[in-house]
Amino acid sequence: MKGRAAIVMLAAFLMCSSSCGGKRSLSVRKPGGQINGAGATFPYPVYSKWFYEYAKINKDAKINYQSIGSGGGIRQITEGTVDFGASDSPMSNEEIQKADSKNGNKIIHIPTVIGSVVITYNIPGIDKSINLTPEAISGIYLGNITKWNDPAIQRENAEMNLPDKDIIVTYRTDGSGTTFVFTDFLGKVNAEWKSRVGSAKDVKFPVGQGGKGNEGVTGLVEQLEYSIGYVEFIYAIQNNLKYASVKNSEGEFISPSLESLTMAAEQSSGEMPPDLRQSITNAKGKDSYPISSYTYILIYENQRDSFRGKIIKGFLQWALNEGGKYAKDLGYAPLPSGVREKALEKVNLISF
Amino acid sequence: MKIIKSRKKIGDILFENLTMIFALLVVCLVFYIAYIMFTDSEESRSRFGFGFIFSSEWDPVKEEFGALPFIYGTIVSSFLALVISLPVSIGVAVFLSEIVHKSVRSPVSFLIEILAAIPSIIYGFWGIYVLAPYMRSSVQPLLESVFGFLPFFNGAMYGTGLLTASIILSIMITPIISAITRDVLKAIPVSQREAAYALGATRWEAIKMALLNARSGILGGAVLGLGRALGETMAVTMVIGNKAQIKASLFEPAYSMASVIANEFAEASGNLHISSLIEIGFILFGVTFIVNTLARLLIYGMTRKA
Repeated sequence: MKGRAAIVMLAAFLMCSSSCGGKRSLSVRKPGGQINGAGATFPYPVYSKWFYEYAKINKDAKINYQSIGSGGGIRQITEGTVDFGASDSPMSNEEIQKADSKNGNKIIHIPTVIGSVVITYNIPGIDKSINLTPEAISGIYLGNITKWNDPAIQRENAEMNLPDKDIIVTYRTDGSGTTFVFTDFLGKVNAEWKSRVGSAKDVKFPVGQGGKGNEGVTGLVEQLEYSIGYVEFIYAIQNNLKYASVKNSEGEFISPSLESLTMAAEQSSGEMPPDLRQSITNAKGKDSYPISSYTYILIYENQRDSFRGKIIKGFLQWALNEGGKYAKDLGYAPLPSGVREKALEKVNLISF
Repeated sequence: MKIIKSRKKIGDILFENLTMIFALLVVCLVFYIAYIMFTDSEESRSRFGFGFIFSSEWDPVKEEFGALPFIYGTIVSSFLALVISLPVSIGVAVFLSEIVHKSVRSPVSFLIEILAAIPSIIYGFWGIYVLAPYMRSSVQPLLESVFGFLPFFNGAMYGTGLLTASIILSIMITPIISAITRDVLKAIPVSQREAAYALGATRWEAIKMALLNARSGILGGAVLGLGRALGETMAVTMVIGNKAQIKASLFEPAYSMASVIANEFAEASGNLHISSLIEIGFILFGVTFIVNTLARLLIYGMTRKA
């Protein structure tokens, strides 16, 4: 009896001491060491490919990225717990001010690739891509357009016989850059949307039901006949979803493609503000797909650790110069050359 | 007495204290979690006060937050799940412990318990791709044709919604409740059963007696199942429709507390938004606490009568 108690005690003691020891070794951080980033889930596949490829060139570049979501990325870079953050939507003025003053530093936005949102649907008997105007999309999501054969939709799809059925609306329920880009677009094309709903990663959708993640929305759209939803472009490609051509600001119906995304960025690059925070939804240009956006890496200009700062700077330069081809392979549209140069200028500001 | 006392050596004392520390650690953790959620929801509490619990508005853009639709969705889906699951679970347990032959009992128990090991995301996808279409094509039209005069069973049918979430939950909690009920029934002494038969009871009467004696244990199992249903996140969010509204129809989309936290916390950037989500966590904690306390009181009352 005594012996057993002693053994249990010993085991407990060993467990405790070993776990405490583990903790201690974790908290000792070598100067330099691993680089940590956190943020958006959307660019995660291309970022991890970039980290992998860059590590082949620079043996010191051990970059760890946690795709915890854009909001988390902004929070962590504000707290200074990561070396860089990542977000699908630029930080607001207020957020930038908070981060800058808290860290006595200056945050910069570096666009990396372009993503977009496509409108997917499930209409039995319609296999071809339908045409949707911004008015039709916003009307459907506001609940003003409720039938598939509404004139606003039928007019632009003259050769199709759209059914007299209720439209079942679905949306992303988890906060996401996808919802931000989609609602940013709707806010630009529809005044009622802007005042009633607004643009954000989470909004109160007037009608419809929510699915969790791209996969949740896809699941709803696939199983609900006569439904409509929106997902990331790459996700739609990988899963062979049907998606609509959307009328752009110059009146052309454009199907999303890597070219039409890069085009939207290029056409808007003239008006790009010096801090590179730009929305490119509803971009001008005949060939621009209207629901697209940059995704950003967020980093402080003054890097306190020169070893890590050097690696991050080198990585960003490499990613902007050489990373485009890996991005394309994975379905992300690379930056147009003008924007890439502006992004490189920002990277060159990083000091350590 | 003396012998026992003399054997209580230093090892025993240390061991007793060690186990006590472990027990206290868990208790402290519970209070610490509650405390953190309380302090971190300060902004939302001071802004909305008790109105938070009674408001149905949830608009992150306009920064209007209210928890009522989530509280409603969580409680209704969990209780419905319990209502569906409890008879099934008791039936399963009675079958396994009283009726079926030993050689069938183990494989059937094993299969039912394996339901508990399926990850909830799998239930979620099964729900969205298999259960929801079936609900939409068969179950919901049938319910409407029979019970359509009730407000709960008419309206638009999407397949997803509150009822579908409840059914998924009921499947998820059945293994817990049936396993506990079976063990409780097994714990009833054979002599009682023999006595019942000796007095001329039929098999049904003997089972009824066993169930009556086991009722506190069965309720305990039900409380555990309910606790699981209240906190379930992934499976529910895949099928509940995720719309913050309160509608009479069980076919309509709804939302639950755990789901809204999981869905919005990662991307929430406004302080008030985060604070409101934490307050929802705190309310969920409170709801779980109240439900568990009520159930314990119920069990206590029943066992005292027995």
